[in-house]
Formats: sequence, C-alpha cells, structure tokens
Amino acid sequence: MKSLVVKVKKFDGSRTWWQEYKVEVPSEKISVLDILVKIKEEQDPTLAVRYSCRMAICGSCGMVINGVPRLACQTLLSELGDSHIVVEPLWNHNVVKDLVVDLEPDFEKVRAVKPYIIRDVKEVYESDKEFGQKPEELERYYNFAYCIQCGLCMAACPILGSNDKFLGPMALNAAYRWSADSRDRGWEERKKLIDTEDGVWPCHLAYTCSAVCPRGVDPGYAIQLLKAAILRKKRP
Amino acid sequence: MEVLKYDLIIVGSGIAGLRAATAAAWASGGRISIAILSKIQAMRSHSLSAEGGMSAVLYPDKTGDSLELHAYDTVKGSDFLADQDAVQILVEYAPKEVRYLERIGVPWSREPDGRISQRPFGGMSIPRTTFAADKTGFFIMSTLFSETRRFDNINVYHEHFVTKFIIEDGEFRGVTAYDLKRGEFKFFYAKAGIIATGGAGRLYRFTTTAHSTTGETLGYALRAGLAIKDMEFVQWHPTALVPSGILVSEAARGEGGYLINKEGERFMKRYAPQRMELAPRDIVSRAILTECMEGRGFQHESGMCYVGLDLRHLGEEKINRRIPFIRELAHKYAGIDVLSEPIPVRPAVHYTMGGIHTDTWGRVLTADGKWVRGLWAAGEAAAVSIHGANRLGSNSLSECSVWGRLTGEQAAKYVLETSRLPAPDGKLLDVAKGEESRIFDRLLHKEQNAPSPYEVKKQLNDIMEEHFGPFRHGSSMAEGLAKLKKLREFSSFRVVDSSRVYNQNLKDALEVDGMLDLAMVVGIGAYARSESRGAHYRLDYPKRDDVNWLRHTVAYMYGGELKLLYTPVTITKWQPEERRY
Ligand SMILES: Cc1cc2nc3c(=O)[nH]c(=O)nc-3n(C[C@H](O)[C@H](O)[C@H](O)COP(=O)(O)OP(=O)(O)OC[C@H]3O[C@@H](n4cnc5c(N)ncnc54)[C@H](O)[C@@H]3O)c2cc1C
Repeated sequence: MKSLVVKVKKFDGSRTWWQEYKVEVPSEKISVLDILVKIKEEQDPTLAVRYSCRMAICGSCGMVINGVPRLACQTLLSELGDSHIVVEPLWNHNVVKDLVVDLEPDFEKVRAVKPYIIRDVKEVYESDKEFGQKPEELERYYNFAYCIQCGLCMAACPILGSNDKFLGPMALNAAYRWSADSRDRGWEERKKLIDTEDGVWPCHLAYTCSAVCPRGVDPGYAIQLLKAAILRKKRP
Repeated sequence: MEVLKYDLIIVGSGIAGLRAATAAAWASGGRISIAILSKIQAMRSHSLSAEGGMSAVLYPDKTGDSLELHAYDTVKGSDFLADQDAVQILVEYAPKEVRYLERIGVPWSREPDGRISQRPFGGMSIPRTTFAADKTGFFIMSTLFSETRRFDNINVYHEHFVTKFIIEDGEFRGVTAYDLKRGEFKFFYAKAGIIATGGAGRLYRFTTTAHSTTGETLGYALRAGLAIKDMEFVQWHPTALVPSGILVSEAARGEGGYLINKEGERFMKRYAPQRMELAPRDIVSRAILTECMEGRGFQHESGMCYVGLDLRHLGEEKINRRIPFIRELAHKYAGIDVLSEPIPVRPAVHYTMGGIHTDTWGRVLTADGKWVRGLWAAGEAAAVSIHGANRLGSNSLSECSVWGRLTGEQAAKYVLETSRLPAPDGKLLDVAKGEESRIFDRLLHKEQNAPSPYEVKKQLNDIMEEHFGPFRHGSSMAEGLAKLKKLREFSSFRVVDSSRVYNQNLKDALEVDGMLDLAMVVGIGAYARSESRGAHYRLDYPKRDDVNWLRHTVAYMYGGELKLLYTPVTITKWQPEERRY
C-alpha cells in the first residue's frame, strides 16, 4: 500500500475551493481516474467527474493533472513520479461542477465545419455501392480521424484563452479530416467557413494542442495544412 | 418540469441509436422531429470501445463466402438458440450497412486494390470481419455521430439520464429524464420510441465493458410492463487484460495470436482441435478457466489466474498495422511489450445476449406477444434474437447497424402515418410529475438509514461473480438468488450529494436501482434452465437438452413478482446438431 494526497479543485455552482483527500493505493500502476473513482465511492460521493470507457478512447475524463491537460484514465501514478496529485477542470471552459466542464460549445464548433461527406446525399443514402478508396488515399486523413473530442487541445490552446470565437484545434482538425478524404467533394464549401477571421488565421503555431493530444492526432499540423490548401487554392 | 414534444425519441447514442437516427431522418425526408437522449455525452457511448470488427459477406465472388454460410456460422455459434429468420435479415443487410458506413466516411482498412479488408474471427468459417485497424467501433461511432450533424431535425441531448419509460394502454408515450448539466427534470412526450441502451456488463465486476454499461434501463423496462428475453446468457470474452479487465480484441487471435499455458503449450488443441484459438468464445473461455483450475495457469500478484496471449511470432510490422491499439493497451495497462512477452489474459464479462423481447423487426413485445405500439428496441439492449446462447465476435456491430436502420425506418414510417400528437393529458402529466417527485423529493432527500449505492453495487457484483459465473450449479445459484432477493429489499439509497446540477451520486443510485431488478432476471432464468447451452454452462446439467430447452426464456413483472414463460425458437433451415469445432 502507498499513501498519497490528492488535491482537487471543487466547484459547486457558486463557490470554488481546493479539497484534499488522503488515499491508499495498492500499486503505482493505478490510473488517476481509478484514484478519483475510489475517492468518490469511499470518501466523497459529491465529487463530480466524467468517465466511461477507462481505456483512453471515449474521451470523457479530460482534466488538468499536475499542470498538464490529460486523460485521467491514461495517466498512471507511476508516470507522474510524485505522490502529490493536483487535479483541476480543463482550462478555457465553463465549469459545470468540480471536474466537469461544458464541452458543448466545442461540439457546436465542430458541427459548424460540416464534419461529414459533402456530396449528393441521395447517393449516400440510396445507392448500394462503395465510393471506394485506395490505401494511399486513406493515409492522407487517417491520423486526423483519430480525434476523440476530449477537449484537451481546446484547453491547451493559448489563442482560445483570449478569443473564444476562434474555431480552435478540435473543429479545424475535423475540417481537415473531412476535406482530405478522397470521398468528399466539400472543400469549396468548407473553405468558406474556415478562411475567416475566427477560422484558421488566428492560430499562431504554438502547437500546444498537438503536444497534449492523447491520441497523437496533431491538430496543429492539420491547421497548417488547411492554411496551405487555402493559399495554394488546391483542396487538401 | 419541462415538457418536450417529439415525433421520435431514441434512447441511447451507441451505434444502434445513431444509425436509427440517420435512418429515420432520411426515411422521413426531414419531416419528423427526432431526439437522441444519452446519459453520457452522445459521442462517448460504449460502442466506441469495440476493437475487432464488423461481420459481413462483402465480396462473395472473390472469397467464396456466402450469406448462407454466414447464417449457418451464426446459428451454430448461438448453439441453435438464435431465431433463424432474424439471422437471415442480419446476413442480408450487413453488407449493405458496411457499404453505407463506407459512404458516410468510415476509414475501413483497405487492400492494395481498394477492397475493404476482412480478417478471420472466432466461429466464422471464412474471414468476413471488416475492420478499421483495431479501433473499428470508435471509427464507426465517431463517423455516425458526425453524420447526424448533417440533419437539422436530429436533436442531441447529451447527459440526459432516462429514468422511466411511459407506456399507457399498450402504447408508447415517452420517457422522463434527468438533465445532469442543467439539474432539471424533463418529460419527453412522443409518438414513437426506440430503446438502444446497450448491454449490462457492469452487473459483474471483472468486465471489458465501460463504466456506463450498467443496463438499468432493462430493469426500468420490466417495471413499464415490457419483457426481457434470454437474459441468463452472458458472454465471457476469453481475453481480457489482467488485472483491469480491459479487452484484448479477438483480432489478436484473428491475426494469428496463440494462447499458451504455464507449460508453454497451445492448450486449445485439447478443446477445439480444428478451430484452435478461433473457436467460439464460450468454448475458449471455459478452456482457459479449465487450464487454471487444473493448475496450468499463471498466477498474477492480484491473485488472479491467467494464461498468455502470445503475439511474438506475428512481427512488429503486422502488429503495428493491424492491431496497434492492442500493443498500446498492453503496454499502458499491463506494462508488457507484446513483441517480447505474452499478454496476461483471462475471461471477463463482455456481452449481454439477452435483452428486451422483440420480434424479428425489432418491435417491442409484451410477454403475451403483443406489440407495444410505437416502440422498438435495437442493438445490445434488444434480443431479436440472432445471438441465441452465444454471440459470435463481430456480429454485434452488424446487428447494431442493421437493426438501428430497420427500426429507424419503421419508426419514421409509423410517425408519418399516425395523426398529430395531442397535448399530453392530465393523467400522463401526473405520471411524469410523480416520477420527478420520486427522484427529486424522495431519493434526493437524504435517506440516512439507506445503504450507499456503491456498497450495494459491490455486493451485487460479488453475488454475480460468485454464483452466476461461467460455471454454474443449481445449489450455488439458489444461494445466490436468496442473496439477491435480500439485496433487492433495499428500495432506496443514501444520496449524500444534495445538489441538482450534475449529481452523479443520484445518477449512480438510479443505476443500481435498475440493475438489481435485472440481476434477478439473470438469476432466475439461469436457475430455471436445467441444461448447458452456449455461454450458460451448468456443472449439474452439462449437456444441451433440445427436448426441453430449445426455447427462449421470457421474463416479466406481474404484481411486483418476476415471472418466466417460454417461447419457441424459429427454425427455418438448420436443425440442431452437435456443436464441434
Ligand atoms: C471492449 C469491447 C469490444 C467490443 N468489440 C466488438 C467488436 O469488435 N465487434 C462487435 O461486433 N462487437 C464488439 N463488442 C460489442 C459491441 O461493441 C456492443 O455490443 C455494441 O457496441 C453495443 O452498441 P449499442 O448501440 O447497442 O449500445 P452502446 O454503444 O452501449 O450505447 C448505449 C447507449 O445507451 C445510453 N444509455 C444507457 N442507459 C441510459 C439511460 N438510463 N438514459 C439515457 N441513456 C442511456 C448510453 O448513454 C449510450 O449512449 C465489443 C464490446 C466490448 C465491451
């Protein structure tokens, strides 16, 4: 057994405070999420924290752990190298309660860039044929399709800290993913949505978004590829 | 209490629920209003944990595969409890669905000529599992969610926890839900509904399923007068990571991985000499546990016995291309590099074969076989039934997509054909208000003497693991049932959190409340079924008994008591035969 102290930034709708919990864990191989669930079930049932798959694919448990935006289920105690854990809600978002933030504005931004195949919808729904794709065409967008919409990139983006209208890395990554898909015919339409004041241009290449992405998606690069496509007048 | 009116309400935003939404949106030509309710954020549903793939006969001319063969494999895999007419629908529509998913943008893995790749899977006699690396569920889920963004008439309600299905005079009227983010209670009043709430793996402790896969809605369904079918059939997946229970997909064996015991022996040769590691899951799971019981397993520091899943001979290139997620998970959560060591695995609860009683088209039936007008069920929450006593891997994603589509299309048609929804009458509003007060006034009103939901859930998990595991026995199950009954006497829980906004403590209590009823269904169904079939294995009745038990269990609530009745299995082509692999 190992003892540790977990400090959580709590919020109950009006008041914010830091709460400390002492926890005993069986091994260093435990995830921060497991520690938080343990606290919730054994000490403080009022603690609010989102979680579901516990295998780093659903994107629920994004939070700031020891100063870095991360997924709690993907962060093992052994990796923190510290028995002092400090957890706070994701930056750049309104807090609903404790570690739960409102991500719905992020989802709306993604929706705004039309994250789906743009072409004759009737063909999508009424034909029974594949549109088809070669492995090399798949490679062009595949990595960008790994986005799990956890919001870590949105929390890490320095631009969003001062301009919340900026579409941001999550939505722009989606714009690239869909535009670079060989089955899509929507570049011209999508370009109008992102070649704007709050579209791709505010990004000044800090790349913090890519640094914190738990799936290695590299949204910062997606934004640069979009800028290049706009300037070269050639679809991604 | 806010009242919201919709033509169609879909409860659940997994692959089944989302596919139902896109099908209904298209089939209605945008003319009906659709609400999707999900207790977690809609794009985070459990479907995205699916790794291995989706079964479908895609290129029969090139591969020698056929619909008939897919159907036969499925029926045999089900230990002949599947309804063969339903299986026929599965195999016919699955290829269409794979192509639909292709057209909306799923990044299927491809062959050099552009064909969609397919890999072998347990119990499938030909490679017919299509995949997107080993994140198939994730890619289907996220693409389908994106696709719903196309339609203005699909409204997504994230983090709305459904607490009750309202059915009156044999007709669906709507649901009540707790909106976590706003801390409000809402009545969704509707013409039609589709239940797509997934499985119930969390009845057990050691499970591959997400924390949210709790199955309370099946308990609520019972209370609303619906019936639950074949719930005693619980699937154990042979290879879950020790000690977390995180899944190591069957794709690992599909791509050629071996199972080895402490002596380094590929022990499957004793249990399924022809199909070896790719025998169906019930058989492989029992084989692993038998190795453990006979002392040939490894011992983990947590006390668990396990065997090794050996991928070393596959080589780095293949592992990185076809099963990169498995490598990542084994590294992260077991500290293992699959290139140099076998992965520690043992069976874990994985899938719920049973579910809401429906007909072949997914229409929800009461125990006496009447359609509850306006109501359908799809995906893992439903038992149509194509999996019978044992599901074959990769048949579930196909099922979700196929019956999502079929129920969505039918519901759209039904909505267009029924007259306008009148304002809800006083009686209906009273039912909804009564539910609001049950939750906000009584449950939230701290019950000091009631037990904590976490304590009850822990006991529930203990009982299920001990008495209703992969090897069952009448006397142990009788004991388990007695314990369950005692646990069910708790009708209330201590909710310490008194806030309305994002009260997870309250939500957890509501989950456990529904789970207790559902656990009873598993228990009494298993106890009554005195035979072994598929995933239901009894030490005291080790043989399948087609004379007495070639039939479905249907459980329902009558006067507060659970009752069972049995319905026949539909057999169109294949008479039961001995199941050898
Ligand atoms: C780890 C893992 C890997 C798997 N891999 C494969 C595979 O490779 N191939 C395959 O075919 N199958 C696989 N399966 C099985 C398959 O993933 C599931 O059967 C399938 O995804 C279930 O989808 P669904 O749409 O029915 O429900 P889910 O995706 O489970 O979604 C359920 C939905 O219901 C909602 N819900 C539940 N209760 C409530 C409530 N009270 N109020 C409001 N909303 C509620 C949830 O929020 C969620 O949106 C796998 C399963 C697991 C556990």
